[in-house]
Amino acid sequence: MGGAGADRRIAVVGGGMAGARFAERYTALGGPGTVTVHAAEARAPYNRVLLADVLTGRYDAEAIALPLGTSRLRTGCAVVAVDPAARTLGLADGTVEPWDELVLATGANPVLPPIRDLRRAGGGGLTEGVHTLRSLDDCARLAEQAGTARRAVVIGGGVLGVSAARALAALGVRTGIVHRAAHLIDRQLDEEAGAVLRERLAALGVETHCRNRARALATAAERAAGVHLANGHLLDCDLVVLACGARPRTALARAAGLPVATGVLVDDRLAAGAPHVHAIGDCAEHRGTVHGLAAPAWDQADVLALRLSGADPGARYTGSRPTSRLSTGGLEYAAFGAVDETLDEGLDVLRLADATRGSYKKLVLRGDRLVGAILLGDLAGLDVLADAWERDDPLTGHPLHLLTAAAPGPAPA
Amino acid sequence: MTPATPAGGTAAETATHCPYCALQCGMRLRPVEAASAGAAPVEVTERPDFPVNRGALCGKGRSAPALLARGVRLTEPLVRDRPGGPLRAAGWDEALDRVAAGVRTVRERYGADAVGVFGGGGLTNEKAYQLGKFARVVLGTANIDYNGRFCMSSAAAAHRRAFGLDRGLPFPLADVPHTGCLILVGANPADTMPPALRYFRELRENGGTLIVVDPRRTRTAEQADLHLQPRPGTDLALALGLLHLVIADGLVDEEFVAARTTGYDRARAVAMAHWPDRVERITGVPVSRLREAAGLFGRAATGMVLTARGPEQHSKGTDTVGAWIDLCLATGNAGRPYAGYGCLTGQGNGQGGREHGQKADQLPGYRSIEDQAARAHVAAVWGVDPDALPRAGRSAYELLDGLGRPDGARALLVAGSNPVVSAPNAAHVTARLRELDLLVVADLVLSETARLADVVLPVTQWAEEDGTTTNLEGRVILRRRALDPPEGVRGELWLLGELARRLGVDRGFPADAEQVFEELRRASAGGDADYAGISYRRIAAEHGVFWPCPDPAHPGTPRLFLERFATPDGRARFAAVTHRPAGEEPDREYPLHLTTGRVLAQYQSGAQTRRVAELNAAAPGPFVELHPRLAERLGVADGEPVAVVSRRGRAVAPARVSAAIRADTVFMPFHWPGAGRANSLTNPALDPVSRMPEFKTCAVRVERIGIAGDGGGAGDGVDRLDGAERAEPARGADGERAAG
Repeated sequence: MGGAGADRRIAVVGGGMAGARFAERYTALGGPGTVTVHAAEARAPYNRVLLADVLTGRYDAEAIALPLGTSRLRTGCAVVAVDPAARTLGLADGTVEPWDELVLATGANPVLPPIRDLRRAGGGGLTEGVHTLRSLDDCARLAEQAGTARRAVVIGGGVLGVSAARALAALGVRTGIVHRAAHLIDRQLDEEAGAVLRERLAALGVETHCRNRARALATAAERAAGVHLANGHLLDCDLVVLACGARPRTALARAAGLPVATGVLVDDRLAAGAPHVHAIGDCAEHRGTVHGLAAPAWDQADVLALRLSGADPGARYTGSRPTSRLSTGGLEYAAFGAVDETLDEGLDVLRLADATRGSYKKLVLRGDRLVGAILLGDLAGLDVLADAWERDDPLTGHPLHLLTAAAPGPAPA
Repeated sequence: MTPATPAGGTAAETATHCPYCALQCGMRLRPVEAASAGAAPVEVTERPDFPVNRGALCGKGRSAPALLARGVRLTEPLVRDRPGGPLRAAGWDEALDRVAAGVRTVRERYGADAVGVFGGGGLTNEKAYQLGKFARVVLGTANIDYNGRFCMSSAAAAHRRAFGLDRGLPFPLADVPHTGCLILVGANPADTMPPALRYFRELRENGGTLIVVDPRRTRTAEQADLHLQPRPGTDLALALGLLHLVIADGLVDEEFVAARTTGYDRARAVAMAHWPDRVERITGVPVSRLREAAGLFGRAATGMVLTARGPEQHSKGTDTVGAWIDLCLATGNAGRPYAGYGCLTGQGNGQGGREHGQKADQLPGYRSIEDQAARAHVAAVWGVDPDALPRAGRSAYELLDGLGRPDGARALLVAGSNPVVSAPNAAHVTARLRELDLLVVADLVLSETARLADVVLPVTQWAEEDGTTTNLEGRVILRRRALDPPEGVRGELWLLGELARRLGVDRGFPADAEQVFEELRRASAGGDADYAGISYRRIAAEHGVFWPCPDPAHPGTPRLFLERFATPDGRARFAAVTHRPAGEEPDREYPLHLTTGRVLAQYQSGAQTRRVAELNAAAPGPFVELHPRLAERLGVADGEPVAVVSRRGRAVAPARVSAAIRADTVFMPFHWPGAGRANSLTNPALDPVSRMPEFKTCAVRVERIGIAGDGGGAGDGVDRLDGAERAEPARGADGERAAG
């Protein structure tokens, strides 16, 4: 068996963002041996964060490939079994590959909401005209149909749903969002911010149906033709995009006998429940949290690469405090932490709403510590606030200054 | 020797160049009749015919003759009879005998590599060349390096990686006003080389756009169309973020990339790992500003990126410069007129000083010391066996860090450098210097490093000697002797010859600069930095000659790479590098970034400028620049002394509260020794390629002192010997702003 030497074999299962980042970092840090990335998709790993912009045509599909350093890449290579005791993995073609260290980066699947007639009769996948948006293939199919579509309905008003709706609107498709909660992006924004965002989307040609649930798909000639809402309305459409979140892909880990809750359970070393097995990214659950976001996935990949490469064997992942961010013109916002001050009596709140500029800012504080913030429209001071929150540092100066701060270093020409 | 009388000057005037920065402004020196004792024997007048500065000079250049006066400089050798004893005056023979005997003893006891040499980027080409030859031929040591390692070594390494050749600017400064968009990264020429500002002003007058990247809103940044203010240590991510946007917005010059580069696909993939939101989070620069900058640069017909120490002095400086070069390559901005990447070299001969062999890994002509053909060529010029030449030695910080240790140098010759003030982790370096069996310092003043020496050799300075330097454009220029040095002062070339003779080498070390240059021409012939066709006569007649200049009929090369890059296949190479954190990032205990830099009226370690009254009046001492919000939180008032503390030491200086700096960063200038020495704090984390230390960012905290005048308390690692020159807690340190 290869130990730490040049014959060491590191197998990465999954060619998504976490797997690609680990492979690039491990080799950049000069880790010994060979890293092999097993990617189920037929293409090289790419930056999933940019998919909405691929949909609008801003990026070519080939242009968003991610670096892998000197790792080996096996595309179209589905891993069907993992044996932690024998330290092997089994591939769809029946071959068995040995490894010395295993990195599970299997990612997540889109959640399919309980909507009648969403799937084709007889289990042949989603009904024609219904899409998810997690892969470049998804993106290509959706882009092709968006070319001729007139109306679309996005089900789910989180960050992905809002981005998808914005992209479809940019392609000239009249788009509606159906969202169960009281306001858009309710996990990161409060009601006021959600309302501002809704107005901005409306200006881009996107209408929003909050406190609504999609009940059933209307079809015509076996194609999606509309969405029946629980309140009885019918939204006509040619396209349906599902943006209802994602669920960790854990079947491999489960079958291998590794401890799994929502995700594959890992400790601060990112070690899963067997020696030499690790998990990172959307499939991993650390201290009760499955992030499902790129930034924490990369934080984890960075820590694991430091550990396994030998650059810093003592590195620990103690959690991430990710920022939710949309930077598209017209929909600019950043939000993080707890933004509902009513949950705790010890919280103070500072708010600044500027109706004429359409900006909204809110800081939630406990003493001199920031516990959450929303910046919408005007993002000045974001880096200072995000830093203070990420590091749990006391705020520098009176927080009111931060709300009214000009952007750092503007240059009136 | 009689003063030269160049064309266009009066008989009494000498056309020469400034002793300070890499701009090497042309100036004339006119003797002052009956100068009183203690006054400068010459005065500076304009030299409008020299094209780089067209007569313009800054306060440092105008006041440079002050150092020629007796009283501020050394005029006789000094020796120390016993460790801890005082320095006393000695004759040259005694001093040189002492050096030779000490070198012999160390060499016999510990081997040739136990004698180290530490040079400087202010030395002329002739001195740098001769110092390298002396180390390899007379001392036989591998351990020679110099303070240029602390200057532009990262840019040099990136240059070579991308283009196969390192010349600071691949075009003359006069091209700058004709480009469409210029990004200045971590450069503050308004304070560091004021006469160059003209080029940036003209650029804007011509309709070009100036973008400045700096964590501080410097006087240079104030003149920009767009100022990006990133966190220290994040320039690499910033460059990749701009490359990402250039790709996303379809602004890549596909034709150029296909015809003249290699490695674009990898660079594109790396850029995709640096998407706007992520880069904003890393750098603190808003996405909207990233977009604006990428658009301005990507849409300009031609563009330039110029870096200085800001992005270079990091443990990832080489990669950072590589990323900025990648941005240029992707947009077709290299190897064509009015476009390209360049480095604003800092020290007077920062360019030439790195070309002729005072670097641990190099031989004259910018040759690699590990290359067999290069060794054979240089050995033939030197008349020695190629196999007798040492291999690559230790880089600057590693050399200093090893002093006095079992495997390190036991004797050190320092020329043109003051590492007690200028090295990173300076308290530690000072302690290492004290462990030496023999420290020899050649300098014109009693610098902080000279104070520690066993033998101090007083040397001539710019106006008292001939010699060439190579300015930041790669233009080889000529400094002329305007007056005789005081009795008791000798040139480095002379003393190297004397030492060589005492150590058994009688030939090959002449004292005449032109004679050394003639040998340098032959040694550099066929190398990257080929000076073979350059002569003193040509330089004087042509206002300098740009290398490479392989033969006397060759016109010199103002613009490099127009036909091909200097790589084996003629194509420029994308670096395709990924952002990584600094060697030390802020944490709970040390929550702030410290960044270090310069002020207008001082130069480098201040050994020269702190002895000029008018400069000291303008910039009397160190300070700690911090944002009003940070000052409010700490309860610090403007002017109040504060302590800046890092894992390596502590420095004390008055607070200067200013909204020009990021709230998460404090700034200290590094020109002063003693309690306010910024380099007591800095981190010697080294770049893996260039071995550049991380001067530009480390983690610190700021503490209130409470009692004005408290020098920081015991155990602060401050060099007590410096007490006499301890910087006063300077009141009105703002003064230097008025000196421009």
